[in-house]
Amino acid sequence: MTGTVETGLARPSSADTPALVVEHLTKRFGDRVAFEDVSFEVGYGEVFGFLGPNGAGKTTTVRALGTLIAPTSGGAAVAGIPLSPDNGPAIRQRISIMPESPGLYLRLTVAENLECFAKLYELSDARTRIERALRSVNLADRANDLCRALSKGLRQRVALARALLSDPAVLFLDEPTSGLDPVATREVHDLIMALKDRGVTIFLTTHRLEEAERLCHRVAILNTTLLLIGRPDELREELFTRSLEVRTRASLDDPGRVFGGLAVVERWERKLSGSYELTVADPDTAAPAVARALVSEGVDILSIAEARHSLEDVYLELVDEDVEAKKP
Amino acid sequence: MSFSWTRVGAILQKELRDYRRNRFVIYTMSFLPLIFIAAPMIQLFTIKVSITSAKLDSRIGISLLYMLIIPVIIPSVLSAYSVAGEREQGTLEPVLTTPIHSDEFLIGKALAALLPTLAVAYVIFGIFLGAVGLFAHPAVASSIFERNHLLVQLLFTPLVAGWSIWAGIAISTRVSDVRAAQQLAVIASLPPVVIVALMNFNVITPSLGLALGLAGALLLIDGMAWRFVAAMFDRERLVTGRR
Repeated sequence: MTGTVETGLARPSSADTPALVVEHLTKRFGDRVAFEDVSFEVGYGEVFGFLGPNGAGKTTTVRALGTLIAPTSGGAAVAGIPLSPDNGPAIRQRISIMPESPGLYLRLTVAENLECFAKLYELSDARTRIERALRSVNLADRANDLCRALSKGLRQRVALARALLSDPAVLFLDEPTSGLDPVATREVHDLIMALKDRGVTIFLTTHRLEEAERLCHRVAILNTTLLLIGRPDELREELFTRSLEVRTRASLDDPGRVFGGLAVVERWERKLSGSYELTVADPDTAAPAVARALVSEGVDILSIAEARHSLEDVYLELVDEDVEAKKP
Repeated sequence: MSFSWTRVGAILQKELRDYRRNRFVIYTMSFLPLIFIAAPMIQLFTIKVSITSAKLDSRIGISLLYMLIIPVIIPSVLSAYSVAGEREQGTLEPVLTTPIHSDEFLIGKALAALLPTLAVAYVIFGIFLGAVGLFAHPAVASSIFERNHLLVQLLFTPLVAGWSIWAGIAISTRVSDVRAAQQLAVIASLPPVVIVALMNFNVITPSLGLALGLAGALLLIDGMAWRFVAAMFDRERLVTGRR
């Protein structure tokens, strides 16, 4: 799958206006809080990841921004249009939402499904757009297949083609790879990467962290309230100190003497036999100094590398903290 | 954004395409009318020449009533499926995320139930009239072809269908289980048939004025039912199942 996406670029109504502005948005269903006091902005051309565990309020946020449900309080502007019941059709004209379940009409063909939605958006050049959208997801040769004959992965691609039909200013993808096998997941990722390269504004909800790390410019972590927002590398730096992982052939007799004597090492910790984690301010300058110290002690070095914390580490750290904090 | 017939057409076209490939709908539209044309023909063709005038009226009333059950049952089954079925299949949310207005969605769904119903009901009634003209006793045929009977059938077919459709859609927006929605819709669609039955059985003496008056009243009720359904069409409830 090539992931060549032929779709119109997201067109900002004003270069200075963000694609999404969300201010203190809250949604409650009776006593239950779906999400609370959520604020963020998403720029045009940005791929914004919205992460959180199941039940964190991700889908409800998408539905609120897509005018399907009314927020309890707070405000938002979607594609430059203030979020209000009266503006619902105008907002929905400028966005596309791909729900977690593709929701295709299974007794209709792929082309008939897209034709229906092209009419719902009142697209004047429907045929051209359908062909273009299907080419974008590499399904041009399946246009006349009934949707019920397609695999889950192919249905997801049709749903993505449907979402691309109207060249939306903001494309909401709600768990786009949920339930897909690794190959189908990779295909959807390639398509999103291609959209990202084209500058399409994407709001991606997911609980697959490697997906967010790979695809998103910035991510927000939600667990009813917004826990953190930023670029994945910024979040890592914010939450974790920088460190070196040192592996030696044999355990050091006195690691405190080796590492403790180095000014560049702030703290050290034995992890496993012959494995140490050193907290440092700057791994690039610390690594040579650590290597020299170990060599001078006659230690056989297997590796010295900067410890990489994944987005998953960030996520688990935050969500675990949040769960602890919410315990009565 | 103003009302768009293009969006209404999109829903209508989608529904008609879906019906064509839906075995359940095809069975409903083909077998039910066959049952409802067979029973009245048996009623009429077995009438003896010596039958009293009152009994003749009764037999004719029953026969014509069967004809009106078609535009009651078919649309109630279709319209009860219209929203609950989409919700069950997960196709409702993608449609509601488009710029479509509630009225456009509802009219599209209503037309998709009404048009095939009218086609089936009038074709079956035409076949019924043809069979009566050819094979029934002349006295029976002339009674069936009486102007008031024809007027009641032709006029009330779309009107009782309209009531069935809005009752079915109203139930479909509130009940999540398709089968429960269809059962409730069939029950809810029956009241207008009572009026027609009273006319067909000559309990209410059918006259042009009365038929037009009742038709006008039913039209008004259909219009009010549409506005009621539009008012209770709640995207949030449909998508989340609660509010």
